[in-house]
Amino acid sequence: MTKALKTTRRTLLKGAGAGGLLAASPLLGRFASAQSAAPIKIGFQQHSTGIGAAYGRWYGRTTEAALKMINDAGGINGRPVEIIAEDDGTDPKRGAEVVEKFSNQHGCDVAYGTLFSHVVIGSAPAAGEQKIPYFVVSEGHHVASGALNRYTLQPGITDVKSQVQAMAPYVSENLGKKVTMIFPDFAFGHDHRDFFTAAIEAQGGEVLEHIAVPPSETSFTKYFPKIPRETEVLYHVMVGPAVLTFVKELGEFFGPSSPAIFGFIDSLEAVDLASPGLEFLEGTYFWEGNPRYAQADQTEYDKAYRAAVGVDENGASVSDPSDVSTYAHMFGCWETLHIIKAGMEAADYQGPDDRQKLIEAVEAMTDMPESMEHPQGPKLFNGKTHQVFGVQYISRVENGRLVKVHTTSIDDTLYPDEVDYTTQSF
Amino acid sequence: MEFGPHLMLAILEGAVGASVLALTALGLSLVFGVMRVVNVAHGEFFMLGAVVAWFVANSIAGHPAIGFLAALAIAPLIAGAVAMLVDRLILKNVAYDPEATIVGTIGVLYILQQSALMIYGPEARPVEPPFSHRIALPWVEWGENGLAFFYPWGLSITSYKLFVIVAAIAILLAFWLVMSRTRLGLIMRATQMDRETALAFGIPVQRVYSIVFGFGAALAALAAVLIVPIQQAHYLMGHDPLLLSFIVVIIGGLGSVRGTIVAALLIGMSDGIISVFLSPTLSKIIATLLVALVLVFRPQGLFGKKMA
Amino acid sequence: MNLDARSVALHLGLIAVLIVLGFVLPTYHQGNLARILVLATYAVGYNVLFGYTGLLSLGHAMFFAAGMYGCGMAMHLGGLTVIPAFVIGLICAAALSAVVALLALRTIGVAFMIVTLMFAQSVYLTALYLGEWTGGDEGFVIAQATRQIAGYALTEPLTRYFAALTLFAVALLITARMMQMSFGRVLIGVRENEERTRMLGYDVFRHKLGAVIISGTIAGAAGAGYAVLFGYVGATFASVQYSIFPLLWVLLGGMGTTIGPLIGVAFMFYLIDYASGVTNAYMLIAGAALVLLTLFARAGIVGEIRNRWVPWLP
Repeated sequence: MTKALKTTRRTLLKGAGAGGLLAASPLLGRFASAQSAAPIKIGFQQHSTGIGAAYGRWYGRTTEAALKMINDAGGINGRPVEIIAEDDGTDPKRGAEVVEKFSNQHGCDVAYGTLFSHVVIGSAPAAGEQKIPYFVVSEGHHVASGALNRYTLQPGITDVKSQVQAMAPYVSENLGKKVTMIFPDFAFGHDHRDFFTAAIEAQGGEVLEHIAVPPSETSFTKYFPKIPRETEVLYHVMVGPAVLTFVKELGEFFGPSSPAIFGFIDSLEAVDLASPGLEFLEGTYFWEGNPRYAQADQTEYDKAYRAAVGVDENGASVSDPSDVSTYAHMFGCWETLHIIKAGMEAADYQGPDDRQKLIEAVEAMTDMPESMEHPQGPKLFNGKTHQVFGVQYISRVENGRLVKVHTTSIDDTLYPDEVDYTTQSF
Repeated sequence: MEFGPHLMLAILEGAVGASVLALTALGLSLVFGVMRVVNVAHGEFFMLGAVVAWFVANSIAGHPAIGFLAALAIAPLIAGAVAMLVDRLILKNVAYDPEATIVGTIGVLYILQQSALMIYGPEARPVEPPFSHRIALPWVEWGENGLAFFYPWGLSITSYKLFVIVAAIAILLAFWLVMSRTRLGLIMRATQMDRETALAFGIPVQRVYSIVFGFGAALAALAAVLIVPIQQAHYLMGHDPLLLSFIVVIIGGLGSVRGTIVAALLIGMSDGIISVFLSPTLSKIIATLLVALVLVFRPQGLFGKKMA
Repeated sequence: MNLDARSVALHLGLIAVLIVLGFVLPTYHQGNLARILVLATYAVGYNVLFGYTGLLSLGHAMFFAAGMYGCGMAMHLGGLTVIPAFVIGLICAAALSAVVALLALRTIGVAFMIVTLMFAQSVYLTALYLGEWTGGDEGFVIAQATRQIAGYALTEPLTRYFAALTLFAVALLITARMMQMSFGRVLIGVRENEERTRMLGYDVFRHKLGAVIISGTIAGAAGAGYAVLFGYVGATFASVQYSIFPLLWVLLGGMGTTIGPLIGVAFMFYLIDYASGVTNAYMLIAGAALVLLTLFARAGIVGEIRNRWVPWLP
């Protein structure tokens, strides 16, 4: 694409911003009709390499399945949808470059897909400058905290603050009130530390000790003696390739006399529960974003979603039972793509000049009932904070399977707004 | 947990890490000492060992010990063979130029990592240990009736972790015997001391280099097979072993086996022991700075000879 | 033309070409080149120490990060505008490099590599440890509205490009000029034969100290520039990977050449960018390219050109 065309279009956008959208709309209309058969391009920022590659692979499979469903049903606004995947190397610098590539090289309509928070935060400025809607599937609190910008949204997955605070009532009522937390010593872990500590105190409980494990640590037992003896509940969350070592060493440390254990499934995401050394987890509890094992009360939506992505009833790939999915997170890709579709249809999206209308259309969304588009459960979107809120699940390990024992309400996940993005200019 | 048992646990856990680190670092030390090149891909040979161990253990049915023993034999051989190939195809052709070797081995690092990602995948996968029992450890306390034994909560280790320590000591002894008592060891030491003279005495230096490079990689792979039942095989796992063993080699003093082992113990254990007193990340920061200061005030390393 | 005039012509010519490129390149490549120029500034700083003085540091990410955090936090937490924040970034980088130099210069060779590596690791861990202010691994965004100088938005592609080019040009010209002065010649003397330089009566330590501080400050300027121009500050940039990158770029471009760093960064950037468009296994291609360069262009791209065709290249 030539420089001249780009400049004209940028000038046009500026003109539109200054003189009102109406003035430019005849031009936009013509542009749209000339392009109407062309596919809608969605840039997919994928963790194909780097530390997030296990997530990236399953985000990719979920994305393909959702794409197929959307295209089989006639695409968006009568146009086929095309996914353009670029590897971000799970690196914030490359992430930002990839967003620019989507916008300037591939001519994508929107960017989408990232999980790791540092990549989201590193890429968001580029999205804001390129004025390209950036739909993240990260579960980080960065969007709702107000740190990012009007072009960045998280409509497909609940953030960590909601997840964590929704766990506190169940933990304090059923497992115990004296909690020790073990978490990775970086931002994701600090979110758990801050939000859960506040939430459990609100329930009349207390956190006895915070144990922050340095990043890229591969040996954990040496930190466990910091767990106070009077601990009733051990709260654990860990990420990265060493998660299995972490959980195994936890079991070896406690031996026969352990407190109640409550963990975030992040500690075992993409890891087989039947791995040697995990037997001690029997009877312990996990937060799950979406139940990995097909439950007795499985909805038809979950059944169809599972089949479309190629996941069996144990949460592993249908073609390879040892290839365990990132089931608690990847539904966010499926739901986000359907929200992009719904938003584009509501905004009558024709091309990149309608990006602002698309964002306004998504901001206007509220209730999202459980459906084929939202197989994880019902959700409530907050257009001001650009963040969605949805039900959370607590499962217990029984006979080596995760069995759902509690479903939170959406109300459990709500907290006061920290930002109003709709007051920011585009 | 009380102070005493906590410290003991930190030391035991540190010893497991230090054992594996000593083996990995010894491989790097050998390459660095004899060939005077920095092998940036050393950590990838470690990773290769772990990944091959997973493939071997998973293709052999029966008791996990059989697969583990097979991996102990096969993984170092494969890693060694790949390393010798790298030596023949790349290092030899740049005449072991230090700068060219850095770029070349970074290239090898990318190739090995990406190959592992494509063939093995992005997941961290476990290898079942040949045996693993939780052993609760006793502690003594001076009570009313004199010295008394008791079992503090959480003070334990697994039999497999103890085995790793023992196996590493055995391999280190074997290594020392090879270096000091065999003709191969003599040739390697001679080449390390003075390449020109070694050439003059008819030592096939090129072949020695190949063997040394392969041997160094095999040691890293062997260390990885030992650790992989505790940690998992993952395609990015080579990063930390590379950095740590590099640090160990220099702190210990170039060419000193004794120094390498002492430094591995120091680095493997220090952050765990400091974390008895302080928060874990702060312990790591302090341990890193302390080790750096060792080198600042003793630039030749703990057991190295003063450099000119 | 004599040698100095040629090298002046080369550098000014290069800058002229880069100015023209800013106007003619398509948006995407214009944006890429802006990033390349900032990273090349980092590589130019690294080259002062590695290429000219012969000291191999494995910890330059700490200087890059010092500039980045110094500038970024001054804006994000302190509410300063770009120019004063940038100066604070420079001061942070200069101060850190002075402290590191005073300790690390007691060592040489591999010990210097390791000491710098470990200092950089502690800086990285400190950035994580102080997550309350630094944002830890997630880092933080510098608000788009504050990223402007006297009303010129640094987020506007062309303005950003010329800001990046200015940064690079200043670093390039300073180092090129420095290498023609006696200070630079002494550095080369240190690289070639430290003992002999000392016997000639030069204070080797003070020259090395100067080299580390200049090198570290230029690296810090690049870090501060990255923060301001691209709006993100994070601990990834302090990780060991970002210490190895400048070494790789300089070796690829040609160590001890003035324009080598830029060529090295550009080569690596586009190698990854294009290879990732061809295949998902682009690291294989990148790895193979590095191996081939090692085998057939051992002096780096510019170094090889100098050796074969243009012996006067600075």
